[in-house]
Amino acid sequence: MAIKTFLESIRDTMHDEMARDERVFVLGEDVGVTGGVFRATEGLYEKFGADRAIDTPLAELSIIGIAIGAAAVGMRPIAEIQFADFIHPAFDQIVNEAAKMRYRSNAGWECPLVIRTPYGGGVHGGLYHSQSIEAFFCHSPGLYVVAPSTPRDAKGLLLSAIRNPDPVLFLEHKKLYRSIKGEVPDGEYTIPLGRADVKRAGSDITAIAYGAMLHETLNAAEQLAREGIEVEVVDLRTLFPLDRETILTSVRKTSKVCIIHEDTKTMGLGAEVAAIISEEAFGDLDAPIRRVTGPDLPGIPFNETGEHAFLPNAEKIATALRELARY
Amino acid sequence: MINTATVANIQPATRDATLSVTREQGLELWRQMVLIRRFEERAEQAYTEGKIGGFMHLYIGEEAIAVGALAGLNPDDDVVTHYRDHGYALARDLAPNALMAELYGKATGVCKGKGGSMHFADPRKHFWGGYAIVGGHIPLAVGLAFAAQYQNQPRVAVAIFGDGATNIGMFHESLNMAKVWNVPLIILVENNQYGMGTAVQRASAVPDMITKALAYNIPAIQVDGNDVLAMREVMLNAAQNARRGEGPQFIEAHTYRWRGHSMGDPQRYRSKDEVEKMKTRDPIARFENRLLEYARATQDDFARGRAEVERVAAEAIEFAETSPFPDPAELYTDVFAPEVTNG
Ligand SMILES: Cc1ncc(C[n+]2csc(CCOP(=O)(O)OP(=O)(O)O)c2C)c(N)n1
Ligand SMILES: [Mg+2]
Repeated sequence: MAIKTFLESIRDTMHDEMARDERVFVLGEDVGVTGGVFRATEGLYEKFGADRAIDTPLAELSIIGIAIGAAAVGMRPIAEIQFADFIHPAFDQIVNEAAKMRYRSNAGWECPLVIRTPYGGGVHGGLYHSQSIEAFFCHSPGLYVVAPSTPRDAKGLLLSAIRNPDPVLFLEHKKLYRSIKGEVPDGEYTIPLGRADVKRAGSDITAIAYGAMLHETLNAAEQLAREGIEVEVVDLRTLFPLDRETILTSVRKTSKVCIIHEDTKTMGLGAEVAAIISEEAFGDLDAPIRRVTGPDLPGIPFNETGEHAFLPNAEKIATALRELARY
Repeated sequence: MINTATVANIQPATRDATLSVTREQGLELWRQMVLIRRFEERAEQAYTEGKIGGFMHLYIGEEAIAVGALAGLNPDDDVVTHYRDHGYALARDLAPNALMAELYGKATGVCKGKGGSMHFADPRKHFWGGYAIVGGHIPLAVGLAFAAQYQNQPRVAVAIFGDGATNIGMFHESLNMAKVWNVPLIILVENNQYGMGTAVQRASAVPDMITKALAYNIPAIQVDGNDVLAMREVMLNAAQNARRGEGPQFIEAHTYRWRGHSMGDPQRYRSKDEVEKMKTRDPIARFENRLLEYARATQDDFARGRAEVERVAAEAIEFAETSPFPDPAELYTDVFAPEVTNG
C-alpha cells in the first residue's frame, strides 16, 4: 500500500485506467503539455500522446459538449474544467444534454462521461477561483455528483466514475490536492457511487460532511472526544444520489445531527440532508438539526480575514457540536 | 476565402518615423510604462516573499498596449479588462497605493481587499477592470456601448482580452450583436502568442485575430503592441470612428508576455531562447530610443523619471504592508442595496 497525496491518487488512477482502457482519454485546457494547472494530468501527454491527452482551446461549453458526443458513441472521456468557477458556460450541455441523454432516448444512448473539476476555497483564490458548485448540479437528476475527501476514496470513486455508464461530475477540493496524504491500496478497486462512508464511529452526535470539510469535521471530532463527546463522522462521498441509508442509520444511533459544508447555506446540500432526516427519522431526533456552512454571500473574498471568516473550520464546527451535545 | 470588400478593412499599423506626441506627452507615456514595470517587479518580489497570495498575472513586456491604448481614450470611456489588469489600472491613473494594497488583500485596497490582483475596479474612473471568467466581460462591454448609444452619450466602451479568449463563444456572440446594433464598442485583443500554455496556432483555427472580426464585418487593424505611439494612434482612430457612429472597431495588438501565465507557471510550452529573443523587443527600451532621437530627451530625464517611479513603487509597498486587513464584518457588506422596496 502506497502513501499518496490526493492529487497523486487522482493522477495515478487516470494513468492506470488509460493504460487499461483505450477508450479513455482526457481533454481540457492545458491538460496535455502543461499537465494541468494543478498537475493532475501530469505525464499523460508523455505516456499516451497528444491524441489522448488533448489540449483544447478556451471553450468550456464545447469541451463538455464534444465530450458528450464522443461518450454517446462508446468513448470514455474525462473532461477537465480547470476551475469549477468556469463550468457555467457548459451548464446547458451538462444539464440539458448529458443528464438527459439516457432518459430522452429510452436508454438508446448513454453518456459515460466524467467531468473533473477543482472547487472550493482556502487558497486565496478570491471571488472566481474558490466557489463551490455542487448545489447547482445536485438539482439535475441524471447526473451523478461525487466529491471524495481522501486519496483512497478518490481512486475508488474515480474508477467507478470512469466505468459508470452515466455522466459523473467529479468534484476535487483543490485544498486537498497537496495537503492531504493517505494510504492508497495497490491494484484495482472501485467504490460504488451513491454510498456514504462512516469515517469515524461515535455514539453522541452524527456529523455529516464531504470534501475539505470532512477533514475539518474529523479534527473537531478529535477535540470533542477529548471532552468526552463521541462524534460519528459520515462522509457523503456521493452528493447525488444521496445515501439515505447510511445517513439514517447513523442518525437513529446518535439522535443529534450537524451537517457541515463549505458551500453557501440556503438551498445547499445541508438543506436536502436535513429534509431527508426530518421526513424519515423525525421521531429519532433529540435536538434540532444544525448546519455549519458558508454564509449566503456572492463569493469568497480574496483577503485573509474575509476568507477565514467565510469558511467553516474545526473551531466553528467544534463550537456547534458542543452546543448540540449540551442540548 | 475572405471577400475583397472586407479585406480592404485591414489597414497596416501606422509606423511614423517622427513622434506624434509632444516631448512632455512622450515622457509621460514612458513614465507610465516604467511605473507599470516597477510596480509589478515589486509585486512579484512581494509574492515570492509570501506577502501576496492567490493568483497573480503579470503584464511585464506588454506595457505599451495599456499605456498607448488608454492614451487614445477619454477618461470617461468605459474600460473593461481581463484579469491581467495591473497595467490598465495604472494607466487609468488608479492610485498605486490602493492597487498594491489590493494585491496584499488589505482594507485600503481599491476593492477593500475583496478582489485581489485579478479584480481591480474603480467605478468613478469608468474602470470596470479585471474579470477572471475569460470572455465573461465581453457581452458586458457590448451592453455598456449599447447604453451609451441609447442614452446619446459620446462614450465608447473598450473590451480588452487575450488571444485565447477569442475561442470562447461569448466573444463571437458579442461581436455579432455589436455589429448588428452598430454600437460604439472597441475590441482590443492582446495577441501575446499564448493562452496560458497553449500557443495560438494550437488553439485558434486562424492565426490572425482580425480574421475573426472580419467574419462579422467589423473593421480591424493589426498593430505592433510594443510600440506605444502606434497603439495610441490606432486607439485614437478607432475611438473616433466609434464615436462617429461607425459601429464596433477591432484592434489586434501583437506583443509577448515575458513572465509565466501567472506566478508559478513552469513554462514547459516555450523555450528560454524564445523568451530572451522576444525580450529584445522591449517596449520601454525601444521608446527610450525614439525619445532620445526625436524628442531631445536625455539620459537625465530617464534617470529622474526612474527615481520618481522607484519612490512611488516603494511607497506603494510600504502603504500596503502597513495597512490593516479588512474587518471580518466587511464580509457581509455590499450584497444587496441597503434598502430594497419589493413592489
Ligand atoms: C471561462 C474561463 N476558462 C478558463 C479560464 C482559465 N484561464 C485564465 S486565463 C487563461 C488563458 C487566457 O489566455 P489569453 O486570452 O490569451 O490571455 P493572456 O492570459 O495571454 O493575457 C485561461 C485558460 C478562465 N479564467 N475562465
Ligand atoms: Mg494570450
